[in-house]
Amino acid sequence: MTQFSVPWQPKPARTNLGVPGKAIAVGFVLLLVATLGWSLANSVFEGHPIAILLLVVGPVVTAFKAFALAMVVKTWRGWGEFLFRNALMILVGAVVSVCVGVFLVNLLFGWVSTDFVAQADDPSVSTYFGGALSMGEVTAALPWLPGWLAILLWPLQFPLVRDLTSLGALAGFFNIIPVYLIWWERKVAGRIQSRLGPMRVGGWHGWAQTFADGIKLVLKEDLVPKDADAPLFRIAPYFALIPSLLAFLALPLGATYVFRELDVAIVFVLSMLGVEVVGVIIAGWASNNKWSVYGAMREACQMVSYEIPMGMTLLIPIVCVGSMSLRTIAEAQSGGWFTWLAFSNPFAFLGFIGYFVASLASCKRAPFDLPEAESELVAGFHTEYSGFRWSLFFFAEYAAMFVVCALAVILFLGGWNSPLPLSWGDQITALVGNEVIARGINGVLFSGPIWLVLKAVFFLYVQIWLRWTLPRIRLDQVLYACVQVLLPLSMVLLLGNAVWVLIDTTGGEGWQLFSDVWNWILGALGIGAALTFPAVAAYGFYHRRRMVGCLAVDAMPAS
Amino acid sequence: MAPEEICKLLKTEFGEAIEDAVVEGGHPYVQVQPGRWREIAGFLCNDARLWFNLLRSITALDLLADNKLACIYDVMCIPLDQGAELVTETCEFAVRVVVDRDHAELPSVADIWPAADWHEREAYDMMGIHFADHPDLRRILCPDDWVGFPLRKDYEFPLEYHDIPATTEYELPNPRH
Amino acid sequence: MADTVVQLESTPDILVDHTSGMQGDLRTEEMLVNMGPQHPSTHGVLRIVLRTDGEMVLEAVPHIGYLHRCAEKIGENIHPYQYVPYTDRMDYLAGMNNNQGFAIAVERLCGLEVPARAQAIRVIVCEMNRIASHLVALGTYGLDMGAFTPFLYCFREREMILDLLEAICGARLTYSYITVGGVHDDLPIGWIDRCGEFLDYFEPKISDYNNLLSFNHIFVKRTSKVGVISAHDAIAFGLTGPMIRGSGVRWDLRKIQPYDGYEKYDFDVPIARPGGTDEIPHGVIVGDSWSRYYVRVLEMEQSVRIVRQAMAQLPDGDIQAPKLKNLKLPDDEVYVEVENPRGQLGFYVRGDGSAIPSRVKARGPSFCNLCITQAICKDILLADVPAIIGSMDVVMGEVDR
Repeated sequence: MTQFSVPWQPKPARTNLGVPGKAIAVGFVLLLVATLGWSLANSVFEGHPIAILLLVVGPVVTAFKAFALAMVVKTWRGWGEFLFRNALMILVGAVVSVCVGVFLVNLLFGWVSTDFVAQADDPSVSTYFGGALSMGEVTAALPWLPGWLAILLWPLQFPLVRDLTSLGALAGFFNIIPVYLIWWERKVAGRIQSRLGPMRVGGWHGWAQTFADGIKLVLKEDLVPKDADAPLFRIAPYFALIPSLLAFLALPLGATYVFRELDVAIVFVLSMLGVEVVGVIIAGWASNNKWSVYGAMREACQMVSYEIPMGMTLLIPIVCVGSMSLRTIAEAQSGGWFTWLAFSNPFAFLGFIGYFVASLASCKRAPFDLPEAESELVAGFHTEYSGFRWSLFFFAEYAAMFVVCALAVILFLGGWNSPLPLSWGDQITALVGNEVIARGINGVLFSGPIWLVLKAVFFLYVQIWLRWTLPRIRLDQVLYACVQVLLPLSMVLLLGNAVWVLIDTTGGEGWQLFSDVWNWILGALGIGAALTFPAVAAYGFYHRRRMVGCLAVDAMPAS
Repeated sequence: MAPEEICKLLKTEFGEAIEDAVVEGGHPYVQVQPGRWREIAGFLCNDARLWFNLLRSITALDLLADNKLACIYDVMCIPLDQGAELVTETCEFAVRVVVDRDHAELPSVADIWPAADWHEREAYDMMGIHFADHPDLRRILCPDDWVGFPLRKDYEFPLEYHDIPATTEYELPNPRH
Repeated sequence: MADTVVQLESTPDILVDHTSGMQGDLRTEEMLVNMGPQHPSTHGVLRIVLRTDGEMVLEAVPHIGYLHRCAEKIGENIHPYQYVPYTDRMDYLAGMNNNQGFAIAVERLCGLEVPARAQAIRVIVCEMNRIASHLVALGTYGLDMGAFTPFLYCFREREMILDLLEAICGARLTYSYITVGGVHDDLPIGWIDRCGEFLDYFEPKISDYNNLLSFNHIFVKRTSKVGVISAHDAIAFGLTGPMIRGSGVRWDLRKIQPYDGYEKYDFDVPIARPGGTDEIPHGVIVGDSWSRYYVRVLEMEQSVRIVRQAMAQLPDGDIQAPKLKNLKLPDDEVYVEVENPRGQLGFYVRGDGSAIPSRVKARGPSFCNLCITQAICKDILLADVPAIIGSMDVVMGEVDR
């Protein structure tokens, strides 16, 4: 921005240091604190790990961050250009390193909780803070580890510390999913509608657009209408957000990538998705706006009715496997794509489709987006919301979308298992020898959270695709589709599946053949459908200049 | 049916009620007595020979020189007995009803042609012609509390409306808009 | 809901009172809801006061006038040449057609002869504008039904038409191109080729819209049997254009009272047909919202035909009647209607011997089409209100003038 300098006015002297100067000053102060802390911890606290963490490690890490911030701000133009030019590389690198990091931390946690703590000489010996191991035991157990690293490892023996770390990672995942889902939805919508979508922010295809939007939303005024019920109005977005966050607690992303493994995880996740409606109803009611009330009532009506067929279809995999633990259900499908439950029998296959439709309705995605139907209800239940609270609704919605898709994948489509049988993975483990590398290969090729996320993202794509293609249906048709079509269908499917499973366990040779034939037919159908997508995408990419309704038309007439 | 024939037919049917008939010019019309206008309207709409079932427009006129207001009803015939065939023949006509400026009141024809509903409201709003027995005679384009009838030739523009200035030329003796 | 539909089907006379839609213990407290003037699906500043019972709309009363700009009063104060730019601000989606309507009215009043080339150019640009206007109608109707994508497809093609019209007259929305006595400029060199190229590109797109929106099952379910208007009611309420053709009356001023040489072109007048015939989906009945929508799709095809013919037989010659320096309007009056994309646009112009008309009255087709709202929006679902309003394709600039 151009500064107009007026000759007869003296330039104001620069008194403040600016961000880089402040950051450097803070960094130096922290380094000083750390140096003093080192002597203090050694002399007064006799090198106790807590003291060292608080007095030395904390200040050093913060000082490092301050120096990094100062560097970035000070040389912003250089950094900015670098970031923009290499945005794609940075994005990919960040994703890969996050994956690797999560993998390593997971390994570490597993090792700490199973081997390290259990191998302690005398777990009953307690230190100041209730942990089982003293610092000396840690260094004794790991003689090759430098002392300062042992200090970092020491707190991990407390389950609380491990839980808090995992919760932080979970919250990060929960935040990053809506951010990229919104960006991706806008890109997909743009492509479907023969335009580009966000292109500017972040350099590469506007990948940072949602971050920019988020900053804007946080800075916007948090408006509460005059006649609204202010406390309820303020609290409603959290009622929508927190259940969908809680659903992640029991949602396993991989065999060991789960915060709390519940025996009834499926019930927990489903109930959390059901609780989300409370926030919407409170929001609609507290807004004191007639359109909002309409949105809330529609949401209540739609959610409550679609919960039933959704639950019914979810019972199908439970009947097949005989467990309500998501981990058990997913592990039952680890023998390659034809063991996935959706392909196990025709009833389960239709049940999967029924579940997907019901999950669209319960996530209020098009064509069931009646609660926020903009052409009818302005914006439905969030008409009066603005800024941060408004964005919380979107976080909740997109996170819930991910949850239902992940649930579909876990229950019907093999969860975190890749289409290849897991038994091959064991052979590779034997071949490689090194356990860590073998586990890494296993996770990428056979069974890891990557597969769950990829499959879930595919179904998210289907949701987005449907939303930008289909018109919205009417309320009476929504209820007709639920009560008169989906509900009887899901009952029939549940019954048929139960009978099928019963005969499967008791049936003779002929039945086994019949069952296997169905299994292979459905499996071929599924793999065919899955392969069609890349084929169509490749076709579209190859013919991208000739496709009707496509962005790139060689010569636009009249242009 | 040619305008002359329509005029003749109306004259034989209603005699005195037809005050004038203009068949030359771009817009042939008959002028009828306001008192018998409803009767004539019903005849125009329902008579099998005329069948003017489409009321196209009601134009309110200010005849300031004669101290009169007039309403021109443009009607048209859409034959409905042809099924899905293309309608090729039609007939159009106009009726003029003149009333005093001071007692501008006409019978409403909104029950004969429902289309007249909004047209009459517009004529009332803009020209101040009252339509007796109109189902819902309110202003339609102007706000309900607007003063005066804007399309009358002697209408004076307000200089402000609810403290909103309506002109920037307050200083001039005759502010324009 | 099902009961209401049956009622409408069996008693097409919509003046029958339907207030007994829901009965007994299902009736809840009634609520007045203000739909508009700022609402995403009222296409501008239409305000509809809904009396609702839950999701049921018992009554809908439209309130208009939020965009009133005294167009008729202005017409009494300026010369007809100057008034042309005011006309394309009425129906701002079909500026050419509005220009044409007013120009023809003044030409008839003054007895001006328009040269054949000017007439043909008028037909070309008006039909192009009709396509553009119908594209907006299609797209926004899809938007009202919650389908966002057809809207952008329609606007993509509309942009090309606007580019073409911009090449002619420099404006993209308010053209003021058709003037009293002819058109303002001749077509640019090469314009005919570009226009033909566009028509070749555009014609297959119509089937795209059909596949994406018109025959979409959800869309048909949403719009069929909604807002049914019988032919008798359509005429009684003064509906014209796609509204009356959507009720099954083959009525088009371009055929019945041809102006600007429309008699020279071969084209059909599409009307609504009942579901099950040809490509019309099952469940559609004549006079419902889907029929009105589909008539517009078919009209675009006919407009393409007309433009092709007009371009093929474009005569040479003047584009403007001999300019009258001091055009005086005779002491006469004239009422002329032309076929606008939305219906019959009428202009009443009355001269008094001076250059300035003593009365200009515009009969907006949207204004007349909208007046049926209250009669048909009875005992419907809330989601049907946008379906009905959208199928009318009102432009508030013309309703309020």
